[in-house]
Amino acid sequence: MANYSLLIDYDYCTGCHSCEIACQQEHGYPVGTNGIVVKEYEYEAGGRVRIDYLPFFTPHCDLCKDRRTREPTPACVKHCQSACMEFGLTKELAARMGDRNRLVLYTHNPGR
Amino acid sequence: MDDTTVYRTTAWSAGPGCHGGCGQKLHVKNGKLVRIEGDENHPWNQGRSCPRVLAMTQYMYHPDRITRPLKRVGARGEGKFEPISWDEAYDTCEKRLNEIKRKYGAESAIFVQGTGRDIGGPITMLAYSYGSPNWVQLGLSGHSCYTPRLGAMKTVMGDFAVADCSQYLERRYEDPQWKVPEIIITWGQNSTMGCPDGFFGSWVVDCMKLGTRIIAVEPRNTWLSSRALHHLQLRPGTDGALALAMINVIIGEGLYDKEFVAKWVQGFDALRERAAQYPLDEVAKITEIPAQEIAAAARAFARAKQAAVQWGVPVDMCPDGTAVAHAITCLSVITGNIDKPGGQVIARPSHGVTSYPFSTEELVKLYGADLIARLNEKRIGADVYPMVKNFRGWAQPDMVIDQVESGVPYPVKAAWIQTANVVGGQSARAKFHLEALKKLEFIAVVDLFHNPTTMALADIILPAATFPEKDSIRSWWAPLISIKKRVQVGECKSDWEINFELAKRFNPEGMKRWKTLEDMFNERLAPSKMTVADLQQQGGFKMPEDGPFKPYFRHERGLLRPDGKPGFNTKSGKIEVYCDTFEGWGMDPLPFYTEPPQSERSTPELFKKYPLVMITGARSQLFFHAEHRQIPWLREKLPDPTVEIHPETAKKYAIYDGEWVYLENDMGRVKRKAKFSLQVKRHHVHTMHGWWMPEMEGKAPSLYGVGDFQINNIIPGPQCAKSGFGGGQYKTTLCTLAKISA
Repeated sequence: MANYSLLIDYDYCTGCHSCEIACQQEHGYPVGTNGIVVKEYEYEAGGRVRIDYLPFFTPHCDLCKDRRTREPTPACVKHCQSACMEFGLTKELAARMGDRNRLVLYTHNPGR
Repeated sequence: MDDTTVYRTTAWSAGPGCHGGCGQKLHVKNGKLVRIEGDENHPWNQGRSCPRVLAMTQYMYHPDRITRPLKRVGARGEGKFEPISWDEAYDTCEKRLNEIKRKYGAESAIFVQGTGRDIGGPITMLAYSYGSPNWVQLGLSGHSCYTPRLGAMKTVMGDFAVADCSQYLERRYEDPQWKVPEIIITWGQNSTMGCPDGFFGSWVVDCMKLGTRIIAVEPRNTWLSSRALHHLQLRPGTDGALALAMINVIIGEGLYDKEFVAKWVQGFDALRERAAQYPLDEVAKITEIPAQEIAAAARAFARAKQAAVQWGVPVDMCPDGTAVAHAITCLSVITGNIDKPGGQVIARPSHGVTSYPFSTEELVKLYGADLIARLNEKRIGADVYPMVKNFRGWAQPDMVIDQVESGVPYPVKAAWIQTANVVGGQSARAKFHLEALKKLEFIAVVDLFHNPTTMALADIILPAATFPEKDSIRSWWAPLISIKKRVQVGECKSDWEINFELAKRFNPEGMKRWKTLEDMFNERLAPSKMTVADLQQQGGFKMPEDGPFKPYFRHERGLLRPDGKPGFNTKSGKIEVYCDTFEGWGMDPLPFYTEPPQSERSTPELFKKYPLVMITGARSQLFFHAEHRQIPWLREKLPDPTVEIHPETAKKYAIYDGEWVYLENDMGRVKRKAKFSLQVKRHHVHTMHGWWMPEMEGKAPSLYGVGDFQINNIIPGPQCAKSGFGGGQYKTTLCTLAKISA
């Protein structure tokens, strides 16, 4: 079975919340349930305050299994306003991580 | 999804609420929108969507949505309304407004709108068909939202201009004509948090990925400022001094574009002398930015082969916002970035079509020179403020509400309020607005949900349609767009439809030539040589062809002036940085800086009492101004109105994280939940505007908690711009923090 993942370039996540609502619309999730949750981080580095955002995946994320029978990408990836999410085969995404900075790979292998 | 039909369209309020422009795919099943997705084939957003669009199904089919016309049956504020037919609603509006016209004159009715929704077209048509000159963003002190910038650009350059993120080109970033801006200054504009004025915010992020470096002019720490080449963390309201100091550095160090200046700029020496009055050391003190950082940013901007400015509403909200916009415009001009790929490109409504009049010229084109001239006779503020008289057709909002209160020089007796929650939204001194408006004899409100304004004031409420429920056209800026109705919700009608039908009642003779709304759209589309049907056939949008409406270098090619000669669309054919027109209107022909009316410098005594500068109005993607608090998916992500306080400041006031506190000044106090944050400097606080609580009691005196949560209750008026445009004190009001004692 092919293993799929999401690759997040979190240097570019701007905290726009599009992925969260896209997920809720896609799955019809009510308030309180979501496959993806974006968190805000504030810290000081290099003499500057930095504001970062990072999406976190919950067990409600099924990588849009049903959706992908008709659309190429999960709803969050498609609507991400800064286009910082990619969907693909785990192996291929991992290979592409290479020496790039600040990436997160989210895997989802139900039944394991 | 078998029996679901997918329709492509473009979002432009209502629904997401915003200034619109992005392509969407409507999934419609049995006459209902069941899903919405970004259109990957639309050049604007390339498939992306915002949270407010993605929550459209919750918005459109919300149980609280108003879906039938309502009339008030109790006293104002009692919250008692009954459904009525459209005929009865129109009959009432026609009868009551005509009575007022007969008794007091048409100018006694004001026509009120909010921000840049699909409203400028329909509301001017209605106001002028009725005969009133008083079209106004009531409550928006100094019209401090884009109009000051538009006015400055148009007067100085003869045209508007925008940061070039390839938005005029269908192939976008792949078009070889376009160049990546080396620098984008995000000036008072946190681009990732919204899409104002015909600009998709994330275009800035797209450019960053392609190599653009950011200069963030921003008092707060943001995602964007974290990643900026330079973060100019200025004291709120001092933008004018900063811009002039940057001009001074660029000219003083000979970094300006000498060829462009020699050929296309009038009054450069005068600008040099003016800017010399803003030396770095002095401006460093004014702005609280280290001198070397100002200089470094100015150099980086000037040395870039192409650089752009993406600016925001804080520019307008500076005292003398027009002058600040003039100064920032000069930065793009003296560096030769005008209408250059990756620079500041001249922005004209696509194909010469007007969907929303941004200038006097467009108003004249739509309504005739005679009418527009006549409007100046009674238009509130036109006899006092030069820009109000000479640019666009607004009445001056601060003067309008004062006149509602005073009845001098003539009484105001009725209001038509559409796309604006005056009481819960934009109004500085919001309580004063509420009390003054209660005196009016007749108020009609067009909206989608009850809110503090409908509850407190409406006699008649007309239910407006969202964008999947309406027909419209759009030319802000490109492409040219047709929006097609695909679903119906209740008895809702579009703002265009409502105003068209009512305008026909007020002015049957003048409106006779358009049998249907589509006839009117087709007439307005005439400069494009296309009809609504043609546009639909081509997929609903069309980018402008090479010519006056498409960049680049149009001034060199004789494409900007009516006489076809090279040059800009000004009297001299040059960009008038020394602006004769301003001078002729009795204004300063050069940009200048004014200290905010409340500050450590201008009111040291007040500052002792209220030592925190309160910045309001930073945007979130979740809410558009005073909207969306009742949409479950959106509200969930930001349930409470917070005030961002630096942890050390909070400690000084003995406030804990998450505690409910008051923001307080001489005007009153407003409740907020404390959020410790490094996003604000120690002596600043920030809080979001537009808060009222749809879940609270709607009846007066609660009005959905607007008295407790409307931050504009403690924002003073009147505005403070000599031109009449700019100077709303939304970013510079002083306050303190107080604990809510048990």
